[in-house]
Amino acid sequence: MSERRVLLIEDEPNIIEAIRFILSRDGWRVDTHSDGETALDTVRRKSPDLVILDVMLPNRSGYDILNDLRADEATRSLPVLMLTARGQKKDRDLAERLGVNRFMTKPFSNGEILATVRELVG
Amino acid sequence: MAETLHAGTRIRDRRNARGLRQAELARICEISPSYLNLIEHNRRRIGGALLLRIASALETDPAALSEGAESTLTSALDAAASAHGAIATERDRIEEMATRFPGWARLIAAQHGEAQRLEQVVERLDDRLTHDPFLSASMHNVLTSVTAIRSASGILASGETLEPEWQARFHRNIYEDSQRLADATETLVGYLDSDAATGERGSLPQEDLEHWLASRNWRISELEGRGGDHDRILARATELQTPAARDLARRFLTRYEADARQLPEARLREALQDGAKPGRIATALDIPLPVVFRRLATLEPGAFASTRPFGLVGCDASGTLIFRKPIPGFEPPRYGGACPLWPLFRALQQPMVLFDETLTIGGRDRLSFDVQALAEVHYPAGYSEPAALTSWMLIRDSARGDSAREAIPAGITCRVCAETNCPTRREPSVFAEISSTAL
Repeated sequence: MSERRVLLIEDEPNIIEAIRFILSRDGWRVDTHSDGETALDTVRRKSPDLVILDVMLPNRSGYDILNDLRADEATRSLPVLMLTARGQKKDRDLAERLGVNRFMTKPFSNGEILATVRELVG
Repeated sequence: MAETLHAGTRIRDRRNARGLRQAELARICEISPSYLNLIEHNRRRIGGALLLRIASALETDPAALSEGAESTLTSALDAAASAHGAIATERDRIEEMATRFPGWARLIAAQHGEAQRLEQVVERLDDRLTHDPFLSASMHNVLTSVTAIRSASGILASGETLEPEWQARFHRNIYEDSQRLADATETLVGYLDSDAATGERGSLPQEDLEHWLASRNWRISELEGRGGDHDRILARATELQTPAARDLARRFLTRYEADARQLPEARLREALQDGAKPGRIATALDIPLPVVFRRLATLEPGAFASTRPFGLVGCDASGTLIFRKPIPGFEPPRYGGACPLWPLFRALQQPMVLFDETLTIGGRDRLSFDVQALAEVHYPAGYSEPAALTSWMLIRDSARGDSAREAIPAGITCRVCAETNCPTRREPSVFAEISSTAL
């Protein structure tokens, strides 16, 4: 069985480190990217099994990135887990309209994120 | 229909209150008791001459029987019942409720009104959380720090054996994030406290700045006649609770100092003694007119020949008010857009052209204000970068009788403007809403 790969697009270094640690221990290969503008290129280059996408990123919003992922045939069905500090209904509705697979609001627990990642790529 | 049916119940109540028997009232009104009985039980419509006769017999105003507050009250009760559709109410007896128990009915209507008001407050606060950039960024910082701490501490507390290097790394992360959390929380609490202290609902950085300037009579005496230490001035500005407000204040001080250098107070006073107007001062001293506007707005009433103070508003190219110094009767809006009839906005379409007009503001007791507006173009990042446009409007209440020109009727903002036929109105006035919804 080939190694499962997650691309974590997040700009908070300590959150990156914690998520990377948790998923690595679970057998995932974790690549990270911190800039919104170049995130799509990285997704295409890395071809991950799952993208964990923060909403508030430098230079480009996670929503815009998600929109482009869904518009591209190659990434249309790529599982995307969105992380955000804004958990209002309208934020969740927007993410769902754009085609997110799961929407998780901060603060989340390690167990929650691990279970969700396993479920989405299970 | 509702009002005429409603009238029957009111007739019965008033008749009983006066101790009149049904047959007696029927006799006075020259109708049969059975017909009056049908009316009183809202099974026959009533109007015209018969309504006048019954009202006369009951010594009351016909309008009190056929229309008035109660019909509004039933509407309010109906709205309250609709808002709680899951609760079975006797909707077919609303009129009876309003007439027989007017006090209780008013209480229900008032509570429904209050609930609606509170819902609107919640909506506004929700909107503020979304659109207030400072609050939104602060909450984001808090939640991000909490998430990082929760993740790192979860790893450390998992019981799993960690290499010393990882342990140290997560301990360091927790320390860093707890510091960041403390800073973010402190800033947020200060921001919210300043709201609570002022009793105001949405204190934004610009409001903090204006509150501070108002407490100083819009004047920074430390920067008059000499350069001053901005940090020292700001250190004493307890009104400026947030970094955003302090940043705005710092920029304000920089502009204030530059203005004071170009037009020192002594020269300004001298020019005013000669009765010069802003345009003439700017021309004579060869300085930009907006500088004169801003300098005049720093003068305290009584500090010069006239006691009439100057108000000042500024806006950027989007029309957003970036500076608001009010004077009595002319208080620029804190929320929402200002009156589009102000020459402040027309000046944006013709930069460097002076608009010199008289506006009348208000409802019945209209006040007149002489205003001068001028928009200036500047290149804050150099000529190769986009230009910035700022418009300024100096405001002064009109001296009685000295304004021969025709005044332009205007307002402050649509929400509180009573002008009924304004072609530029953006939204209804609360006055119209109050008059249509008052119980």
